[in-house]
Amino acid sequence: MSFINTLINGTEGGLKTDGLTPMQKVTLRAVVFGVLYYGLAVLEGQLMRANSVAPGLFEENHYFSIMTVHPIVGIFGSTYLIVFGAFTFLVPYLMKKPLYSIKIANITWMSIATGTLMSWLGGAIYHYAPLYTLYWPLPVDFEQFNPIGGLVFVLGIAIIMIGTLLFIYNTFATVFYTEEGHEKRPLKPLILSALGIDGMLNIWYKITGREPYAKEPAVSLPVVAIFRGTIDTFLDAMVILTCGILILVYIVGDLSGAAMDYTSVNALLYKNFFWWGLDLIADGLVLIYVAGTWYLLAMMITGKKLFMQNIARAALLLELIVSWMVWSHHLLGDQGQPNIMKLLSGEMVTAFELVTQGIAVFITLVTLWSAKPLKMDNRLKFLLAGIMGFMIAIPAAILQADMGLNRILHNTQWIIFTHVHAAILIGLTMTLYAAIYTLWPILTNDVKLYSQKLADIHFWGHLLGALGMSCFMGLAAMDGALRRTIYVDGEYNLYMILGAIAGTMILVSWAVFLVNVVLSIGIKGLIGIYTPSKIDTKDLVPASE
Amino acid sequence: MEDSAGVLALLKIVYTIYVFAVLSLIYWFAKGVSNPKGKPRIVKPGTFYIYVGLLIFVGVSIHIFTFNKIPWVETDFKRHTIEKDPSFDKSKQMYNIIARQNKDRNSPNHGEQKFILPKDRLNADGMLEIECGKYVVFDVVSEDLTYGFGLFRQDGSMVTQMQVNPGSRNDLMWQFHKNGVYHIRSTEYSGAKGGRHMTIKNAVVVKGCDVDDSRSMLGGN
Repeated sequence: MSFINTLINGTEGGLKTDGLTPMQKVTLRAVVFGVLYYGLAVLEGQLMRANSVAPGLFEENHYFSIMTVHPIVGIFGSTYLIVFGAFTFLVPYLMKKPLYSIKIANITWMSIATGTLMSWLGGAIYHYAPLYTLYWPLPVDFEQFNPIGGLVFVLGIAIIMIGTLLFIYNTFATVFYTEEGHEKRPLKPLILSALGIDGMLNIWYKITGREPYAKEPAVSLPVVAIFRGTIDTFLDAMVILTCGILILVYIVGDLSGAAMDYTSVNALLYKNFFWWGLDLIADGLVLIYVAGTWYLLAMMITGKKLFMQNIARAALLLELIVSWMVWSHHLLGDQGQPNIMKLLSGEMVTAFELVTQGIAVFITLVTLWSAKPLKMDNRLKFLLAGIMGFMIAIPAAILQADMGLNRILHNTQWIIFTHVHAAILIGLTMTLYAAIYTLWPILTNDVKLYSQKLADIHFWGHLLGALGMSCFMGLAAMDGALRRTIYVDGEYNLYMILGAIAGTMILVSWAVFLVNVVLSIGIKGLIGIYTPSKIDTKDLVPASE
Repeated sequence: MEDSAGVLALLKIVYTIYVFAVLSLIYWFAKGVSNPKGKPRIVKPGTFYIYVGLLIFVGVSIHIFTFNKIPWVETDFKRHTIEKDPSFDKSKQMYNIIARQNKDRNSPNHGEQKFILPKDRLNADGMLEIECGKYVVFDVVSEDLTYGFGLFRQDGSMVTQMQVNPGSRNDLMWQFHKNGVYHIRSTEYSGAKGGRHMTIKNAVVVKGCDVDDSRSMLGGN
């Protein structure tokens, strides 16, 4: 009886949604959907792992449609929603002013959630499966794909991108607008600070023996990271939208009986354009957003200023240049790509990601070290695990971005597991969980967690599962296991079984996390998040009485 | 001379050690930062600059190391010079391969994708026969989709690969230093009827070397 009571009403009364501000609600709405989509992405991943152990579980076209929607659900449906939700709250929180528009924030999460569902349906119903890379002309190959499926899938992506552009607009507007009753905020220091240029100037002024350019920067460091990452998010959205329109033109042409010749688009040129944009998600957006989140968490956990603030600001500016120039590492296996681009963009500039991410790791760890002893709470342990994930994943990418090693690693499971899944499942996801635990008391008005034991099980289950899967599949890669391939004759079976066991741990630990959250806030609280707020305020949190 | 098997074996050892080093470092840090007896420690900026210098050194030196130790990188850079050399006989050392999708909607194999090897270059066993130590070029043309082209040993490990884009140059120069029999397969997804279905088993045989590729001999040795 008491369990049912807890399930419905939450722990010690659960989440009292009547007391939530519109800002708290819009943030929670996005995050809850993000966590649910994460579960769907993990489930899809597990279905693929199961098929690798028992090939034939799915028809091949069905299997590849799961593989196509898996990153869409994971990146856009889950990560974008959690990150955008959190940043929608954090930017005004750190800038100490209201969000520019709560209405836009609501449209943003609804667009991304709806667009993700639509793309998922394109895969689930029509088995549209060009994979997220959309190598030309595969997405318009109607010899094997139904154009209606393509239409549903591409329109879903377009809706996601529109939601993304709305988030970007809201973020930039929040940074630059002057709120009612406040004296006019000058634009120049805000722009210089948001781009990290003031940090660079401070270093230069120090070298030349002058007073710092800006003693108190106009924008706090985590906001600089959010702002910087959002520039890449914008460019990425524009590239994806452009490719989407191109594909749409071909789909409409085919459906209207006026099929067009796809050779009029050069596959290699398209690949360069698409990877330039897509890489901004990985090398711009993720790395920069993550660095900003680490800095914020380190400051919140320790209550101290960040170590080497100016360097951190300048590094974010450096990352701007680096992230725009590294895309050729995806084309090291393309013989038509000029060697000079492979060498400069693919190898040398890419190597600087080791530096920029290494700086973020160092600054975060040293900031934590400067405040010891610290309590090993959920925030700290998830943060450390997140840092560890990137420490494993980034050098794997640098090795892959080598002309010698790429020749024997490209399109193997190395890149997708030792790099991508280590980065996303350990690095990014653990960082996001750390952010969720940090924001939890602020967003829920101090709802008590149902069980620390369940939180521990979630932590270890997820960590060991993600680590195990990344390692086992990485070992398979070094024995020749390709990604995007079904092995039907028992090849790499031991690794596939171990990978599936590790994947199951991730799925179970996500379920444990979900149960813990629901039992904390209660089903009533969960539903209440999606009802209109009863407090008419622009304040982020309820005014203290 | 190093081959891909040797490079990958070394990578396996190096990266496993690295991952354990990272795990140990984070474990040590977690213990230290939460030790109730611990006192705040300030790190000097000098340590930071040494660390950044080290990162730059490692990032750049990886590529310098592999350039000098992995033979096929130099081949990639010098291939045009090699091809122009009078000793390079295109009629013998160049293989033209086509990748194609069946677009005949009335065919039972509609949508199926496959590689087509040059018939006039196959030996009596239906293989492309390659002389040990000679540079060879695999020139693959895609007539429709983006494919991959890879050579694999009998145990499934990869010898080499490249992407195959329609409308682009997709030619890979390679040199074999061990006897063996290799499979060709697509390394890129091109739909459910491509990928693993684009495998030609025992498509390439290398002869005339002093040593055998123990992982790629028919019959296992």
